[in-house]
Amino acid sequence: MAQTHTYDALVIGAGGAGLMAATYLQDHPDVKTAVLSKLYPTRSHTGAAQGGIGAALGNMGEDNPDWHSFDTVKGSDYLGDQDAIEIMCGDAPEVVYELEHMGLPFSRTEDGRIAQRRFGGHTKNYGEEPVRRSCYAADRTGHMILQTLYQQSIRKGVEFHDEFHVLDLIVEDGSCRGVVALELETGELHQFRSKATLLATGGHGQVWSTTSNAVTLTGDGLTLAARNGIPLQDLEFYQFHPTGIYDMGILITEGVRGEGGILRNNEGERFMEQYAPNLKDLASRDVVSRAIYKEIRAGRGIDGKHHVHLDATHLGQDVIENKLPEIADFCRTYLGLDPVTTPMPVEPTAHYGMGGIPTDVDGRVEVDEQGNTMRGLYAAGECACVSVHGANRLGTNALLELVVFGRRAGNAMAEYCAEAELEPAGEAPMEQAREAVETLRTRDSGERPADIRREMQELMMENVSVFRTQELLQEAKEKLVDLRERAKSIAIDDRRKTFNTDLTEAWETVGMVELAQVITECALNRTESRGAHSREDYPDRNDDEWLKHTLAFRDDGEVELRYRPVTITKFEPKERTY
Amino acid sequence: MDVTFTIRRYQPEVRDDPYYEDFEFEAEPTDRVLDCLNHIKWQIDGTLAMRRSCQTGICGSDAMRINGQNRLACKTLLQDVGSEVTIEPLMGYAVIKDLVVDMDPFFDQFRRVKPFMMNEGSDPERERVQSQEERERFDDTTKCILCAACTTSCPVFWSDEDYVGPAAIVQAHRFIFDSRDDGTAERLRILDDAEGVWKCRTVFNCTKACPRDIEVTKAIAEVKQAAMWGRV
Ligand SMILES: Cc1cc2nc3c(=O)[nH]c(=O)nc-3n(C[C@H](O)[C@H](O)[C@H](O)COP(=O)(O)OP(=O)(O)OC[C@H]3O[C@@H](n4cnc5c(N)ncnc54)[C@H](O)[C@@H]3O)c2cc1C
Ligand code: SF4
Repeated sequence: MAQTHTYDALVIGAGGAGLMAATYLQDHPDVKTAVLSKLYPTRSHTGAAQGGIGAALGNMGEDNPDWHSFDTVKGSDYLGDQDAIEIMCGDAPEVVYELEHMGLPFSRTEDGRIAQRRFGGHTKNYGEEPVRRSCYAADRTGHMILQTLYQQSIRKGVEFHDEFHVLDLIVEDGSCRGVVALELETGELHQFRSKATLLATGGHGQVWSTTSNAVTLTGDGLTLAARNGIPLQDLEFYQFHPTGIYDMGILITEGVRGEGGILRNNEGERFMEQYAPNLKDLASRDVVSRAIYKEIRAGRGIDGKHHVHLDATHLGQDVIENKLPEIADFCRTYLGLDPVTTPMPVEPTAHYGMGGIPTDVDGRVEVDEQGNTMRGLYAAGECACVSVHGANRLGTNALLELVVFGRRAGNAMAEYCAEAELEPAGEAPMEQAREAVETLRTRDSGERPADIRREMQELMMENVSVFRTQELLQEAKEKLVDLRERAKSIAIDDRRKTFNTDLTEAWETVGMVELAQVITECALNRTESRGAHSREDYPDRNDDEWLKHTLAFRDDGEVELRYRPVTITKFEPKERTY
Repeated sequence: MDVTFTIRRYQPEVRDDPYYEDFEFEAEPTDRVLDCLNHIKWQIDGTLAMRRSCQTGICGSDAMRINGQNRLACKTLLQDVGSEVTIEPLMGYAVIKDLVVDMDPFFDQFRRVKPFMMNEGSDPERERVQSQEERERFDDTTKCILCAACTTSCPVFWSDEDYVGPAAIVQAHRFIFDSRDDGTAERLRILDDAEGVWKCRTVFNCTKACPRDIEVTKAIAEVKQAAMWGRV
């Protein structure tokens, strides 16, 4: 039986961004709010974040928000919107204090203040030397943020619909009026109507085969938006984190290098000295990932394999056990090695989407290059593109973004809900979802979704990762057309309704193939190198032609690309060296 | 190596009773048990239902019984459990399908201890000061990922589902021993109850089960102490 629920505000996703928005919405008793999440809130991948959240508190050396802004702009390779960056870095100290007041158990300095560590690209005095800006709780910062925000949601009585997988948005006449969701336990479809809906669905690392992202990070919010005519911004910019555990992709936090860890090639050489003489191992991630690839290509990988070493053996037992306990545990569990005595084998791993659903600084979703917004639709967190990360994100700025822009979106939604009327919603999206689900659930034969997923992931890893060329991208584009066709006729084993994850995984897979097409198209068209988008056939940044954001509109198989200007306030684009 | 996974299945729409099913395939000794379950789901039988997300032991989704012991499938390597592996859902909560159990009662137990910071004073402009020693005092219990491995390994909980259970006590401990929290009296009132800490019989199953190496039994003992004296 179809069930209909009516709220004022809906939050899709219960990671850091969704929970932050929800706790703010909950402060408004007249705004009836619910959170929908395909996972139990505490299973969200925000919990996996390790290294820290950036804020110029200056607890361990002089710092100020303006330096933080500069580093973020430079890190973004000048593609970040500077008005949004100023807001984020300016609000950072206040939101970190707010998290502390909520009970977040930060690690402490000797005088009992929030402890801070160095992180890539974060510097003092506009690039002079590394600064301690990352506020951390050992290497469990994301876990503590997720737990703390969930605790606050309980305290405030936020209503949750856990294990509800959102399948579509209800968009009519240019406004968003709710969502259609599948209840996992029963397999029933539900219609949720709302005045305001927030997409906070997280990342899309599962598009690639080697990734630090959870198996559930499948970019659903992006697909939901794109299928409803909403553009996706800057999808060619995807961050490969330099230090994933070799062959597994599991993240080894940059905090290891922040604490003094060093990257070495097969000759034991600290190769980052050549690529970034000033910041060395703490250069920005795109720079370090490319350096690792280059070392490996030059035959200086360890034992001829596709990895280098991350050496923390000189840090001592104390630092490793107290400041990096999770990393030590990963190494011992999965590699059977102890980082106190043995270097860790690492290679770049697909990590973070700088691009996403375009929004203004209050989370309102923008639908064209003029910045017109869609009534009732908001986005925040990794699935959104404000854009504070531009072409490359600095470590610690994602957690910061969740909190700053989750809060702003929650406030903006509450304001909107107080004035707006609930608009009528037709049955069409519900019927379409029902038909699509039934078709998938009952199709007799076809390829396995897992095979399509794997093939796409490997293709993207080979052709659309750290280094790109016209040829590789063109090949990916053609193969994706074929994958997309095949994805239309996949078949699943599970014909039942109860907790049918065969079905939801297949659904995610189809969405990811569509997303991969958009990513590839964006990457193919941008004939320059900027931040994480590195074209070997166009090795230079080209501000004259390309200092602009991509907007990709997907209409069935076709992708239309348009562009919009970058907001520059204080920092004029300069050459970027570390 | 050749492995056999014997999985306790429950497919409510297919048959009423649970049953065991064998799956044979090849795997590497360094594969995680979760990799094997994924292999089964993706290549052999898509109807297999389980929860999992991060695959690195931090989200707490994939606690299950592996050869009779509660563990996270993503933190257990094949080489540590052998080539014949029996997989069953956690005990004590209703099974929804295969390895998926109804976690709602678990989260209700968690909510009972008021798992959030209670602070009476007004917030300072900057952070509250907390010494490293004060922070260390409750460090162990902040690691909890709410996976339920401890609670569902506890014989007291098996025989009395109203018992608040080790996980909820761990969560209470995290606040009771946090110097910034003012809710101790209230939490102790909740736990100093027939279904509270005194139910614990110090069996240590919880400590053994905890994938985060939290000293669960010790935390419970500390909460008992606090309940006895009415303060920390
Ligand atoms: C291993 C790792 C370490 C990191 N470390 C750091 C760090 O130290 N510092 C830093 O700043 N950043 C870090 N990051 C990045 C940062 O953690 C993430 O970008 C951020 O946590 C994303 O949060 P989110 O709220 O947007 O999404 P998530 O926390 O991923 O939450 C997504 C939510 O959406 C829900 N959802 C998704 N699809 C659907 C659907 N179809 N229907 C219903 N619900 C849905 C999920 O259930 C989930 O609740 C790290 C990332 C990784 C992977
Ligand atoms: S205490 Fe350990 S076993 Fe129990 S829920 Fe927390 S993490 Fe899981």
